[in-house]
Amino acid sequence: MLLIECPWCGERAETEFSYGGEAGIARPKDPDALSDAEWADYLFNRTNPRGAHKELWNHAQGCRRWFGVERDTVTYKIAGSYTLPVPTGKKGP
Amino acid sequence: MQRNRLQHGGRIDRSRPLRFSFNGKSLEGYAGDTLASALLANGVSLIGRSFKLHRPRGIVAAGAEEPNAIVQIGKGASTQPNMRATQVELYDGLVARSTKGWPSLRFDVAAVNDVFARIFGAGFYYKTFMWPQSFWNYYERFIRTAAGLGESPLRPDPDVYEHRNVHCDVLVTGAGPAGLMAALVAARAGARIIIADEQNEFGGSLLSAPDSIDAKPAIEWLQAVVSELRTLDSVTMLTRSTVFGYFDHNFLTIAERCTDHLADVGGGCVRQRLWRVRARQVVLAQGAFERPLVFCNNDRPGVMLASAVSTYINRYAVCPGERAVVFTNNDSAYRTAIDLKKAGGTVVLIDSRAKGAGANAEAVNQAGIPILQGHIVTDVGGRSRITGVRVAQWNGDASTTVESTINIECDLVAMSGGWSPAVHLHAQSGGKNTWDDNLHCFVPGKVAQACVSAGSGNGKWSLPDCLQDGLDAGKVVVARCGLEPADVALPIAGSPITHSIEPLWRVPAATGPDRCPKQFVDLQNDTSVADIRLAVREGYRNVEHVKRYTALGFGTDQGKLGNINGMAILAESLGASIADVGTTTFRPPYTPVTFGVGAGANAGALFDPVRKTAIHEAHVAAGTPFEVVGQWHRPWYFPRGNEGLHAAVARECVATRNSLGVMDASTLGKIDARGPDVVEFLERIYTHNVSKMRVGRCAYGIMLGEDGMLMDDGVMARLAERQFYLTTTTGGAARVLAWLERWLQTEWPELDVYLTSLTDHYSTIAVVGPNSRKVLQKIGCNIDLDRQSFPFMSVREAELDGLPVQLFRVSFSGELAFEINIDSNHALQMWHRVIAAGQEFDITPYGTETMHVLRAEKGFVIVGQDTDGSVTPVDLGMNWLLSKEKDFLGKRSLSRPDCLRSDRKQLVGLLSEDNDTVLPEGTQLIEDSNAALPVPMCGHVTSSYYSACLGHPIALALVEGGHSRKGDTIHASLTGGNSIPAKIVSPVFYDPRGEMQNV
Repeated sequence: MLLIECPWCGERAETEFSYGGEAGIARPKDPDALSDAEWADYLFNRTNPRGAHKELWNHAQGCRRWFGVERDTVTYKIAGSYTLPVPTGKKGP
Repeated sequence: MQRNRLQHGGRIDRSRPLRFSFNGKSLEGYAGDTLASALLANGVSLIGRSFKLHRPRGIVAAGAEEPNAIVQIGKGASTQPNMRATQVELYDGLVARSTKGWPSLRFDVAAVNDVFARIFGAGFYYKTFMWPQSFWNYYERFIRTAAGLGESPLRPDPDVYEHRNVHCDVLVTGAGPAGLMAALVAARAGARIIIADEQNEFGGSLLSAPDSIDAKPAIEWLQAVVSELRTLDSVTMLTRSTVFGYFDHNFLTIAERCTDHLADVGGGCVRQRLWRVRARQVVLAQGAFERPLVFCNNDRPGVMLASAVSTYINRYAVCPGERAVVFTNNDSAYRTAIDLKKAGGTVVLIDSRAKGAGANAEAVNQAGIPILQGHIVTDVGGRSRITGVRVAQWNGDASTTVESTINIECDLVAMSGGWSPAVHLHAQSGGKNTWDDNLHCFVPGKVAQACVSAGSGNGKWSLPDCLQDGLDAGKVVVARCGLEPADVALPIAGSPITHSIEPLWRVPAATGPDRCPKQFVDLQNDTSVADIRLAVREGYRNVEHVKRYTALGFGTDQGKLGNINGMAILAESLGASIADVGTTTFRPPYTPVTFGVGAGANAGALFDPVRKTAIHEAHVAAGTPFEVVGQWHRPWYFPRGNEGLHAAVARECVATRNSLGVMDASTLGKIDARGPDVVEFLERIYTHNVSKMRVGRCAYGIMLGEDGMLMDDGVMARLAERQFYLTTTTGGAARVLAWLERWLQTEWPELDVYLTSLTDHYSTIAVVGPNSRKVLQKIGCNIDLDRQSFPFMSVREAELDGLPVQLFRVSFSGELAFEINIDSNHALQMWHRVIAAGQEFDITPYGTETMHVLRAEKGFVIVGQDTDGSVTPVDLGMNWLLSKEKDFLGKRSLSRPDCLRSDRKQLVGLLSEDNDTVLPEGTQLIEDSNAALPVPMCGHVTSSYYSACLGHPIALALVEGGHSRKGDTIHASLTGGNSIPAKIVSPVFYDPRGEMQNV
């Protein structure tokens, strides 16, 4: 069972968290401008690396905050946790 | 009479005799015995029958690796199968029986298998019972009866189990000399440590050998260390506790057997405890397993591991035989020869090596024990107890055959094929095992986690080396924990003893390995040398495949005894090195654990939380059957008298549509969403135009996944300019909140929105039917409820009977209806008030079943019943809900080619043409009832009920291209090969113009 560091609460057991898949998949600003293939790439395709992987976790049974984790998909070693980018102040799409 | 019991010595208490029974026979042992040592003391040599060939078997080992002495302990609901007699502590009244052997152990009918052993080779079952395929059901009955080791209890487990979560600086697994040294170093440095050992007392090998430490008996050193550790609050000492799993990030599990060693302790005591440990550092010191030697008939009762013989003599004061042959390829068994001699038996030592064993040989010579160097035991005489061995001279060439020239009468063979470290936990942690060409065993190699191996588990065979290795390991983990090391002196345990070994994986016989009598590698699975060689001849190369084909390493011992020999023999057959062949995968648990300890307290009522609405007690008082919806217990229907489900639901539906019904809808998910950017946020989430909703208005809203599939639905209400009240499906409440939070935090952090779950804080009472307005007026409502002031799909803050409520004018039934949302503390009071006021209208409470029928009559879908994650809103005919003026989650996916296909499954209504059959939900729909097999399927029934209001059955279905097929007849395929025709119609069966809800 993984030991995951929540940036707000500290190290907690994996059972307190839920997994959110690969981090850094930005939602396209104008989906209608994308081809079907480009939209499918956003929707379905992930890098699935062997090794370092940046991924999203949610402290679902704690502070409920989402944050990023860099985890090795082979050894399961966690290099560190990080908070998500701070708000830019600009409105979205 | 304990005829094999020694008069003196051992760690048993002769003043505390214990009665126990084995296969119905009453026997006596002593406190401190295991079941195995007590059986050996009583001269019981035949313990069980082997798994496949039903050969007689006796005790081989003294620990977890025992393959033969597998017994059933206890009776009734507490009985436990597959227990190793070597690990069962004796208590007064213990009841044990063999798990194999029918009709009795001495006369086993299936022993005839042994006569035909040659045909029961590797893959026998695969090959023989393949043809004809249809006969497998016939064969299986007999195979299943013949297989299996123990019996499961048939009644619920009456015992109590618990889990405990702990953290520590250092977890030490194994309390032998190495583990104790490491623990001592860590404990003196102030580390918080847990030290766990599977045995009933600490000491490991020190309990089994007459060693001395610091010029005193080793037991005295042991007692001093244990006493010191016991005084420290920072040390947790666990006996009878097996560290059975090593998982990611230094998370380990320990099964502690608290009361298994006691006679009946009465109820309430914790029988077993699961420790879930997160350790900063781990010291792995579980010791090593002695390997057997692989010679003909090496499975006969009386053939034992040399170290086990020493353990029985020194620890349990039991000498398992009077005339012993010690057969070895290494130095360690020389000590067993001396132990046997001291116990008063005759001993002959047979060493496969041409040269002597140095200091050990001198000691054996001095004891007057004859040694045959360069000799091997080729075969064993006797069936249910050995009578002698055949011995041949050998030149060290494994590929030859040998002539036996010497017969030695004996009743015990103590064998040693060398040692293998218990690398199980190291391997489970992800560490690699490395073959050591000098030690001739796998040793822990590259580590994957924060752990250190020490002692004989690290390939250190002698006591001084083990103490040194434990000391070093302790220093390492202390340093890694950032603690100041304390001064711990290395105890003096004599000069290191040589432990030379010459490998002997397969002992040559008078004929070749495929022709000679069975040479067993895995005793529990009856896997022999010939089986492994056959697998190789048939093309198996990978050790994992050979394991599965020959069953090598399966069973309760998981290959602890025979696997390394098996891999070496496989390597020889393949012409490869053992290092290249490698080991099979080591998986948890290290030894079998009970289901009870895995479940802990999470059983019965504590298995899953039950959620009840604030009105629950009224439903219980009404005698309502409950439907389990997720964790919620919801009223299913409200029977009057002896009414069954269908009669009650028919009555409830008609009463609601004709006059007045009431329902507890509190389980709906409720979320308060507010903040400056809440409109912008909800616009992106929901498909309709949220900004166009006026304050005080409600809307039916749906949300899609980014793949365009319907995710959840519910009514949303605009309570204020920047405040919304969102409702979700009962099952989707938590999921939807998480979904909204995720988008807010990860993608749109710039939006200033606050979400609060109100599911438990507010209860919902749906008052439904043409008289619903009247009953609210009767209760006393401070606002106008007429159509103009409070139109359909609107929300008002109001007071009902003086209590503040959010009153919704929405309808999930198609009737005039109001939903009272009220603080849960007042919900039960309001429910009773509504029921009382509704008496004059024959108010009819209803549950989930009537709710389903009423909504299906209107063609309203239930997410998760009529949809399955592959259904778009277009498939459901909800195009009117999809805004063209904005983007929303999932919108782009709706124009993917797959979502535009005209033959997608679409929602329709179905009427069985016989006007009588309620189609089973899930029924597959086909075009042509006479089509050839396999019949193509074109859809399925998602909801189906008898509609009492309409007087005929109705169904909702997803049918390929269904929207354009109104009026077509298709066929519902029923079980048994029948089908009935059904007509495709609109999914709205009742009041298609929606007039009833608007009155």
